[in-house]
Amino acid sequence: MTQNLTDAEMVTPRRYRRRRATTLATGGTLIAILLLAALFAPLLAPFDPNAQQMAARLMPPSATHWLGTDGFGRDLLSRVIYGTRPTLLLVSLILVLTIPVGMLVGIAAGYLGGWTERVLMRITDIFLSLPNLVIALALVAMLGPGLMNGALALALTSWPPFARQARAETLALRRSDYLAAARMQGINGLRLMFGHIQPLCMPSAVVRAALSLGGIILAAAGLGFLGMGIQPPTAEWGSMVAEGSKVIFDQWWVAAAPGGAILFASLAFNLTGDGLRDRLDTRNAH
Amino acid sequence: MPTDNSPLIVANRLNISLDNGTSLVNNLSFSLGRERVALVGESGSGKSLTARSLMGLLSPALHIQARTLTIAGENTLTLSERRWSQLRGNTLAMVMQDPKYALNPTRTIGWQVEEPLKLHHKFSRAERRDKVIDMLDAVGLPHPTQLMDRYPHQLSGGMGQRVMLAIALITDPQFLIADEPTSALDHAMRDQVLALIRRLVEQRNMGLLLISHDLQQVADHCDRVMVMYKGELLDTLPAAELPRATHPYTRTLWSCRPSKATHGQPLPVLDRAALEAHREHD
Repeated sequence: MTQNLTDAEMVTPRRYRRRRATTLATGGTLIAILLLAALFAPLLAPFDPNAQQMAARLMPPSATHWLGTDGFGRDLLSRVIYGTRPTLLLVSLILVLTIPVGMLVGIAAGYLGGWTERVLMRITDIFLSLPNLVIALALVAMLGPGLMNGALALALTSWPPFARQARAETLALRRSDYLAAARMQGINGLRLMFGHIQPLCMPSAVVRAALSLGGIILAAAGLGFLGMGIQPPTAEWGSMVAEGSKVIFDQWWVAAAPGGAILFASLAFNLTGDGLRDRLDTRNAH
Repeated sequence: MPTDNSPLIVANRLNISLDNGTSLVNNLSFSLGRERVALVGESGSGKSLTARSLMGLLSPALHIQARTLTIAGENTLTLSERRWSQLRGNTLAMVMQDPKYALNPTRTIGWQVEEPLKLHHKFSRAERRDKVIDMLDAVGLPHPTQLMDRYPHQLSGGMGQRVMLAIALITDPQFLIADEPTSALDHAMRDQVLALIRRLVEQRNMGLLLISHDLQQVADHCDRVMVMYKGELLDTLPAAELPRATHPYTRTLWSCRPSKATHGQPLPVLDRAALEAHREHD
């Protein structure tokens, strides 16, 4: 009796990878554009984003000012490009704050069960019931406006969905054979939670994150719009829309330029979220 | 086969019951040494429950009682969860039925085979890697170095079961429990995998508890057979004696296997009334 399998079993089908690559590629390209714009803002921007030219106030899009100028005669294209910096910074801060907290709470609740689960999930419910922007406003009003405080305020209301999702997945996995098999190797506690359960919850958390990033960008812009985000004169999309709204009927481009940028960023993260799900989830590989 | 006479697992009057008192496993007593023992019985007879209770992994809804249940000299009835974890994987290992569900789909084969080593031993990264490659090679998998970077869904059932075996054996446990290790495999693969398990267990001088309902398989690969019915141990006999079994239940189990000789004829079925009478008699 032979004990070796034949080499024929080692052939891997590669073509499955192709199908959804377009979504991921489009989203990835858009995010890459955003990142490049943020990194090379000084090289890309034709003007200083804060240089005021009172003679050229509220100019429509033209050859020199591609997106026109705002109420202080500042070049809108330059300001939109510089505006990617606070937005991306805020988004990454929020991600770093919410995903670990959400997954820790969710996996611990799902795995440990009992009273731990009840207490953790009720806390999650409390945070879930807080209205996103209102709490963020209250917090920023208390702590003072700024990038870090804005991120904290938004993170405070963004982690519960991650916790709930991680808990639901952990519950479904708790009785699964591979966790039983892992326990048969003597794997237990934290190692089981973060070595075995966490990677299984990761794909959905990443998708959830990428999809909610669109909303977070909107919320951040909302904070800026209400004057509670990064303070002027720093270029920030939300506050730029707020400025533009004063003259929206006569000079629409002042609000449209940063508005378009917000749309672009949300779309980029949504597309990437979709693409990543198909790529990361090995369970759906076939 | 070299035997060392101290039994690894001793169970005396082992009972497993539900919350409401319904008994699932009843007064089971056995002792297992470094030998190959099969546990057979129809489905629902408590084979898998018994195996899981030996691993300390019963669902919390079930209650276990025993006069003694000793594993490698340790009284498991009073064992802490921490000590259990050290026992599992290091002294005792288990192979489950279906590799499709028992391997974590998000981790590579190499990672999963390596993990028990990280947990139970202190080796350097390079040593662990060598051990994983040796182990994958020992279970007859081709190209171990390439295989380490693959994911479970890229393997066939037979390869998956070999990987499971590699995971179970990498820490050199003294006893292996195999819960129907071949029922998810096709017929040609079954014998190969069983022969492999038998060879590895013999090489490493381990004990084996093979749970199965395939009597032919059991007769070929084991030394001793324990027959379970409705949570009770009915019969224990050497595997070679199976064709000459004296217990009526064992005799029916043995004779109801379809074969060339019985082609076209109805197979004998279990006479449960007679069996109950026999049990009362005991």
